[in-house]
Amino acid sequence: MKPPNFDYIRAESVAEAHAALAEYGGEARVIAGGQTLVPMLSMRLARPKVLIDIMHLAELKDIAAKGDALRIGAGVRQAEALASRDVAEKAPLLAAALPWVGHAQTRNRGTLCGSVAHADPSAEIPLVLLALGGSVALSSHRKRRSVSAADFFTGMMSTARADDEMIEAIVLPAKRPDTSTAFQEFGRRHGDFAIVACAAVVSPDGITFAVGGVADKPERRDFPALDGSPLDDAIDAFAWELDAREDLHATAPYRRELVRRMGRATIEEARRCLA
Amino acid sequence: MSTPAMWCGQSVERVEDAALLTGRGRFIDDLGVKPGTLHAAILRSPHAHARVKAIRADPARQAPGVAAVLTGEDVTKLCASLVVGVKAPIECWPIATDRVRYVGEPVAVVVAASRYVAEDAVDLIEVDYEALPAVVDPLAALDTAQPVLHEGLRGNLASERSFCYGDPEGTFAHAAHRVSVTIRYPRNSCTPMETYGVVAEYDVGEDAYDVLANFMGPFSLHAVMARALKVPGGRFRLRTPPDSGGSFGVKQGVFPYIVLMGVASRATGRPVKWVEDRLEHLAASVSATNRVTVLDAAVDADGRVRALAWDQVEDVGAHIRAPEPATLYRMHGNLTGAYDIRHVSVRNRVVLTNKAPTGLNRGFGGPQVYYALERLMQRIAIELGLDPVEVIRRNLIPSGAFPYKTATGATLDSGDYAKAFENALADGGFAALREKQKEARAQGRVYGIGLTAAVEPSVSNMGYITTVLTPEERRKAGPKNGAQATATVALDPLGGVSVHVASVPQGQGHRTVLAQIVADALGLKPADIRVITEMDTARDAWSIASGNYSSRFAAATGGAAHLAAGKIKAKLARIAGAQLNVAANEVEFADGKARARGNPDNAVAFSRLAAASHWSPGLVPVENQALRETVFWTPPELTPPSANDEINSSLCHAFIFDFCGVEIDRTTCAVRIDKYVTMHDCGRILHPGMVAGQITGGFAHALGAALYEEYAYGPDGSFLTGTFADYLVPTAMEVPNPVILHLETPSPFTPLGTKGVGEGNCMSTPVCIANAVADALGVAEINLPLSPAKIAAHLHGAERTPRKPQAKPVAGKGRTLHGSGQAQAAAPPQAVWAMLLDPKTLAAIIPGCHGVERLSDTHFRAEVTLGVGPVTGRYKADIVLSDLTAPKAVTLTGVVTGALGNGGGTGRITLAATDDGGTTLAYEYDAEVGGKVAAIGGRLLDGAARIVIRQFFAALARHTGGKKPGYLARLFGRGA
Amino acid sequence: MPRLSAERRHRVRFTLNGSAVEAEAEPRMLLTDFLRHELGMTGTHVGCEHGVCGACTIEINGVPARACLTLAVQADGATIRTVEALAPEPGRLSILQEAFRRHHALQCGFCTAGILMSLDNYLRQRPNPTEENLRVFLGGHLCRCTGYVPILAAAMDAAKRLREVPANA
Ligand SMILES: Cc1cc2nc3c(=O)[nH]c(=O)nc-3n(C[C@@H](O)[C@H](O)[C@H](O)COP(=O)(O)OP(=O)(O)OC[C@H]3O[C@@H](n4cnc5c(N)ncnc54)[C@H](O)[C@@H]3O)c2cc1C
Ligand code: FES
Ligand code: FES
Repeated sequence: MKPPNFDYIRAESVAEAHAALAEYGGEARVIAGGQTLVPMLSMRLARPKVLIDIMHLAELKDIAAKGDALRIGAGVRQAEALASRDVAEKAPLLAAALPWVGHAQTRNRGTLCGSVAHADPSAEIPLVLLALGGSVALSSHRKRRSVSAADFFTGMMSTARADDEMIEAIVLPAKRPDTSTAFQEFGRRHGDFAIVACAAVVSPDGITFAVGGVADKPERRDFPALDGSPLDDAIDAFAWELDAREDLHATAPYRRELVRRMGRATIEEARRCLA
Repeated sequence: MSTPAMWCGQSVERVEDAALLTGRGRFIDDLGVKPGTLHAAILRSPHAHARVKAIRADPARQAPGVAAVLTGEDVTKLCASLVVGVKAPIECWPIATDRVRYVGEPVAVVVAASRYVAEDAVDLIEVDYEALPAVVDPLAALDTAQPVLHEGLRGNLASERSFCYGDPEGTFAHAAHRVSVTIRYPRNSCTPMETYGVVAEYDVGEDAYDVLANFMGPFSLHAVMARALKVPGGRFRLRTPPDSGGSFGVKQGVFPYIVLMGVASRATGRPVKWVEDRLEHLAASVSATNRVTVLDAAVDADGRVRALAWDQVEDVGAHIRAPEPATLYRMHGNLTGAYDIRHVSVRNRVVLTNKAPTGLNRGFGGPQVYYALERLMQRIAIELGLDPVEVIRRNLIPSGAFPYKTATGATLDSGDYAKAFENALADGGFAALREKQKEARAQGRVYGIGLTAAVEPSVSNMGYITTVLTPEERRKAGPKNGAQATATVALDPLGGVSVHVASVPQGQGHRTVLAQIVADALGLKPADIRVITEMDTARDAWSIASGNYSSRFAAATGGAAHLAAGKIKAKLARIAGAQLNVAANEVEFADGKARARGNPDNAVAFSRLAAASHWSPGLVPVENQALRETVFWTPPELTPPSANDEINSSLCHAFIFDFCGVEIDRTTCAVRIDKYVTMHDCGRILHPGMVAGQITGGFAHALGAALYEEYAYGPDGSFLTGTFADYLVPTAMEVPNPVILHLETPSPFTPLGTKGVGEGNCMSTPVCIANAVADALGVAEINLPLSPAKIAAHLHGAERTPRKPQAKPVAGKGRTLHGSGQAQAAAPPQAVWAMLLDPKTLAAIIPGCHGVERLSDTHFRAEVTLGVGPVTGRYKADIVLSDLTAPKAVTLTGVVTGALGNGGGTGRITLAATDDGGTTLAYEYDAEVGGKVAAIGGRLLDGAARIVIRQFFAALARHTGGKKPGYLARLFGRGA
Repeated sequence: MPRLSAERRHRVRFTLNGSAVEAEAEPRMLLTDFLRHELGMTGTHVGCEHGVCGACTIEINGVPARACLTLAVQADGATIRTVEALAPEPGRLSILQEAFRRHHALQCGFCTAGILMSLDNYLRQRPNPTEENLRVFLGGHLCRCTGYVPILAAAMDAAKRLREVPANA
């Protein structure tokens, strides 16, 4: 279990990172916290020619609350976000989800943008980004662009990021006073990837409900402000629309049932906070 | 510090800890190696069953830094097969020869300058496999129509024996009730935190091997290894490092690798080091056996069990690796558990399947046996409408019946089961737990209670395994029995005391306890005693039973040390008697002195006395010289199996009674242990802290086995739990604190009255939790691990039916991946059809294709780079087209092989013309994926396969001028 | 831009347990191997090399992290503490280490270094942990020997004693 050979570039500016990505494209991988990439290297699942370390770029280390958006740079580690007042106040859904991302020891190095770039279907951070209607700030030597979370996640570990692009930041809309959020998750053990994770954003006139761990990518639906059995039916219909995965740890029917039950509970939890 | 009356019985601080807490442990990988030592990496089989047709290793051999690449052909020239423990014409090599029989089986060993370089070279080796059908299920393996693993055998049944004790048939015929359970005990392993490690060196001048390995015994395997290496025992020196990072039986399984690395050293003329990595460990170290058991009981109307009928099918995996089938026979004397049952029939079958070979694992046969027996006891209560507590109570071996001879031949040394049981119920708060359950149920919560009584055998009889042979075969082979334990106590010229044992501790604090025992014997403090436990077969006293298994330390090794210290003491007493002018039996040892009893001033310092035989042997009669005493101790009670197949399989028998309350979450179906009480009578307790540690540690293993852990295999034999992300070891979040209770009934058969304690909860806890879950759910059949998805099948009930018909079929079929989809092409069906059959077009549209070779009109071969996200690998694809209905439909059958794994699948593609002159391509596929990706990326496989397949069709559509190539085309494959 | 080619070994420097150290590594060398085999600091153990077991946990720039998920070259310039730094002086144990010994919170000791590094840091940040806090935090470590019960007891005891001693004792 030792990584294959690769070159290592410690970028000293974003431009340098762009230049290296332009030069190597798909043969290069950005390394951020390394909490996902390094085991993949050690297992020789990934064999990039070049690693581009972006963790020394001061300009990516910011959590910036500007107006009604919260921008979290690619250099921000999960533990830093968890400790941030801005995150707690402007994105309580993210603050609620972060403790579920691995363990304290992995959050001390893992980044939020790394998780978004990796796009594991069970990962919490992509789910939160989607539930909140956030976006991903991409950049390359060619251009900068912003892609909404809904368009960014395209499938299992697959995203709209081009080979020569890096994620500079994720941007979350700040919580509106008339909304409330909740997050619930179930995994086999604490710290494991979710079997099902649910995120809900409720306001007096509607519900946004998103689930991770079920399909190839996080999925989201917006419902009107339903209640009682119409709400159950809406969640049920959503559960069926999800292309639920089967794996060693859970069957598809079990995943769907968790969506129904935990989903309902998550929405209610968010509602209780709204009241 | 004032000296307590006895050090034994105190939770003294461990002598081991200072080094371990400060990072100064000496584990195998912490020790330096000789300059020039090479490092090994192993290429392992991605297939559960395949013929090895060719191995192309030249590029690997020529890579810089590589000293050698050894294949089965090379290895078999330098060693012999490992001895197999049943009378069957089969061999067991440490590396695949012509066939691979399980995922992870070694296929080649690379020896290179570093582990990194060795792994690079492993990647360069190409192996042609001809995949064979695999047999995974043990019952299916019995079917002679199934693939056969070892051609020396007709089928996969390697051993079958039937036994009859008392009159089971007559008893069943007259029984008021017959109650039966069928259980499938899964595979799991205790996965020590430190993996295997071996440093082997061959001395060509002496034709001798010197091996350092974190092997744990039993040293009967020393003989197996020496024979495999084709040297006499004296030329196979096996040493162990001072520290070992846990074993729980598992490090017995390093022995084939000791042989393999010995051969690698011989082939290269250099020392060779190999440290197993976690992926290797999970796939191919050693597993406990999985077992299918049908157990029937003949029961009186009041719940008294009169007879048992056992039918056990033991799955030992792909090879019968020594000492298997010991797992099946370890409990043979104890098949009646804690109960007084006089009539027993047993049918034991050992089968081979395409899974990793099995071996020692904490509990060793106990979990499998008690799962059946204690599930049965619960079923008896339910089927007869009795209280499960009462059923246990009525069947326990009565107080005062000890030593008690079981129907199958064990002598249960001591105990008071009824008292321990009643104490546990009272002190553990059983009545309150029942109340709690009542309340919980009244509130609609899902709450269950489970109970288990068990006898925990320890100090194995080295002869029990011969019960697998018929009495005739045994007569021919000669009797095997006993449990030789050894200990040496030595005095140095400064009067210091040292102890050497062959117990090979793996974290159990042997050094501390031995210091306590010897300090007590000699009137010293534990700090005065230096204990050496690293072992060297060339210098230490040892025998075949040496090692760290069957919970033999406290009872056997501790006892031997006590006896050795006693011998030294007797001699010292005589020397002291002469000096103090009293009779030897008037000398007592205390406070670091030998003194005349009743006259403490008439004394001599211990160190002075102890040094006497070094400095002044002339003053000491020869027979009294106290320098070094070695004791070999084997209990006379451990006799060979009788002509009637009665076997006293173990010397000591601890008693355990557990009960627990569990609650199941209605939403997640997760099991929460609300309360767990475990009562142990393990004889005399030498170190309460360590006994508690053995119990909490064993409990955590058992909890893992009950709820989380399984070495899972797909129906094709692919291994599915290849990382610690899928093999779920419980953490502090999952393991509650059990309530531990004790009763102490010393064993009359061991020098210190001690019995084993380390394995008990691995035997009792899995079934106790299962009984509670079964009680909560009200189900009769329940198998481990009790995953939430499994429980959901009971608790969630049938799924709501979809309100709208489903767009996509999503039902799963285990590990088979399947799916379907559609793509739109701009070209008409005829054109699309032509493209599908044209190698050039295929080359352009197959994701990551490096070229397509056409072998016939309907047979293609391609080289592709496939990947999802960062995971990419190069594969060879072999594609056959069939059922062609031009231009409407075709079936595509493909096999893909590469470093990351292998896959096979079938897809049906249908083409339909659309109104605007284009084509709708619809596809449906079934695929199976095995090898590395299945083992380590199982969670993501489904989606990954889907992506690759979708991409193929998207590319096809794009190639025909389809509108939306989409993101997929860009993401995959460098060439596409 | 510093660009380290795969084929060669490169100088890696960092502060280890208060002293400047340096040695050479290929870009691909894991920090665990670098610490253990290049620098001879074998107290940090390797149990899985994929981030789950926690045996390799060390302190990197003041926070506990997995050494096996870090490349040696990534650690260039960092400040690192390992288990070898915990004891106040040879022959003495830290309060946490003593609590481990008293409670028999280790058996084989293979997982111990990682757990100590995590807890040492945690108890400095949060002197008043609840048992539940500690369980969650210890969730990032696997121990196969102890069943965690004595580890939790040792951690709670150490927290209590650490609160009782003056900060710089
Ligand atoms: C034991 C363990 C448990 C875990 N449990 C969870 C869990 O429950 N939930 C969860 O979500 N995650 C979990 N993770 C993974 C999480 O810790 C990772 O931090 C996260 O997925 C990736 O972040 P990273 O910064 O470490 O990224 P890296 O590992 O550095 O990179 C991951 C991938 O993203 C790419 N990448 C990273 N940053 C960028 C960027 N800025 N631009 C472009 N590409 C980029 C890399 O090239 C790589 O392909 C776990 C990990 C471990 C070891
Ligand atoms: S070795 Fe690093 S977490 Fe297991
Ligand atoms: S003490 Fe052995 S793994 Fe923790």
